[in-house]
Amino acid sequence: MSDTSDESEDAAGDGAPGAAAAVDPEEVEHVAELARVDLDDEEVATFAEQFADILDHFEALDEVPETEREEELVNVMRPDEVREGLTQEEALANAPDSEDGFFKGPKVS
Amino acid sequence: MAELNAFITEETIEGADDGPLAGTTVAVKDNISTEGVRTTCGSEMLADYVPPYDATVVERLTDAGAEIVGKANMDEFGMGTTTETSAFGATRNPVDPDRVPGGSSGGSAAAVAAGEADLALGSDTGGSVRCPAAFCGVVGIKPTYGLVSRYGLIAYANSLEQIGPIAPTVREAAALLDVIAGPDPNDGTTREEGADSDYAAAADGDVEGLTIGIPTELFEGADEGVVETVEAAVADLEDQGAETVEVSLPSVEHAVAAYYVIAMSEASSNLARFDGVRYGHSGDAEGNWNDTFAATREEGFGAEVKRRILLGTYALSAGYHDKYYEKAQDARAWVRQDFEDAFEAVDVIASPTMPVPPFELGEGLDDPLKLYLADANTTPANLANLPAISVPAGESDGLPVGLQLVGPKFDEETVIRAASAVEN
Repeated sequence: MSDTSDESEDAAGDGAPGAAAAVDPEEVEHVAELARVDLDDEEVATFAEQFADILDHFEALDEVPETEREEELVNVMRPDEVREGLTQEEALANAPDSEDGFFKGPKVS
Repeated sequence: MAELNAFITEETIEGADDGPLAGTTVAVKDNISTEGVRTTCGSEMLADYVPPYDATVVERLTDAGAEIVGKANMDEFGMGTTTETSAFGATRNPVDPDRVPGGSSGGSAAAVAAGEADLALGSDTGGSVRCPAAFCGVVGIKPTYGLVSRYGLIAYANSLEQIGPIAPTVREAAALLDVIAGPDPNDGTTREEGADSDYAAAADGDVEGLTIGIPTELFEGADEGVVETVEAAVADLEDQGAETVEVSLPSVEHAVAAYYVIAMSEASSNLARFDGVRYGHSGDAEGNWNDTFAATREEGFGAEVKRRILLGTYALSAGYHDKYYEKAQDARAWVRQDFEDAFEAVDVIASPTMPVPPFELGEGLDDPLKLYLADANTTPANLANLPAISVPAGESDGLPVGLQLVGPKFDEETVIRAASAVEN
């Protein structure tokens, strides 16, 4: 999980269990921080182990040839007309906290 | 009913007095929005979430006269192959209560198999309708991408998922698809196809002259009893006048890896909306926005959801995007091409739906990769946007085995016709 070039080198079909490169717990913590998900120490340890296996399986994607991705996709447009939406009350109904018709969140910094 | 734990919420939503589904009860997977009835996605995060509007498919169900009898249990946010990752406890397989019903639409399939609902809706991102249909011995359809509106379906991986029917027979599943299929101005990915469909009429059991492709890649490595059961069902179709041809789909060896990279990447983005401010669980942690956000998500999400958000974030992060995400998109295009080539020569492609019989409860929980690999035969249809059906092929050691049939884009009729002959 640390160095892309190293991983590509031993990628070719080497998907045997146990052959997975270990994943550094600190990297799990770093990704968790990027994703805004706290983890406890036990989760970090478990994920480090499991991610090694899973990423090792993903290594096989290195063998995939570059492929033409053309698809017949078209933009779907509609007239920009005013339509009825949710009322303020409906929009706030599921909010854990609100004040004066606004969502209320934690402080930004 | 509590024994199987097929439902998260048992509440009745009445349908119109008349219509093609009048007098029919339907279980709706709990990631499909129902106005005024809580919709949890099997997650603590949405344990108290009550949608302010109905999904398009729910409107179509009730307009057609169906009575919704409850919100079906599911793997959290659709992430699982067993329905064990639900925050509301595992669902049991009605055929053998010590085994899982499959997932992620396990509650939907279990409800139908046990007769707790006549029909059900599930959603299928990488096999989540077909897997539980196979494990519970019922029929499940993953429609062509764009056939059924996803408006009101709480998103996991938008480019892959479709809502699909589960029913005791092919004809009933097709009739339910007739009700939900067709264009919806609220989902720009829907097309004109399906507007005036009569899929139920295609369930005529006539396979005379049909050419069935047999891809060796989707039989290799599968459980012996599963393969024997599926081969016997295919031989029976040959006796009814179908012809079989071997086809090769070399790309599918990479389907599981490509599927998980794409689905996890999309999930990491989709699930960023759960911040505990506008809806959902909110942590009490003190601190700034980021601290509170991270604590809320630690408490609200289960292990499998965290695993996928983290791996998706990783696959999209600087330095790894090209290595994982771009290659997965190449693999996806390759899978699509392989199927297009195969359909030059055959009408449908047959394989086991699941390479294994239903897992025992708890069997795979500590080994996520083992469960991911069980999606080997179902993920290709999602990657290629194609229609696919799972129909009971028989039993192996007393456990249901599903036969999967995949067809060309928007050719639901052909997979339905072929599947209905399996029931003959």
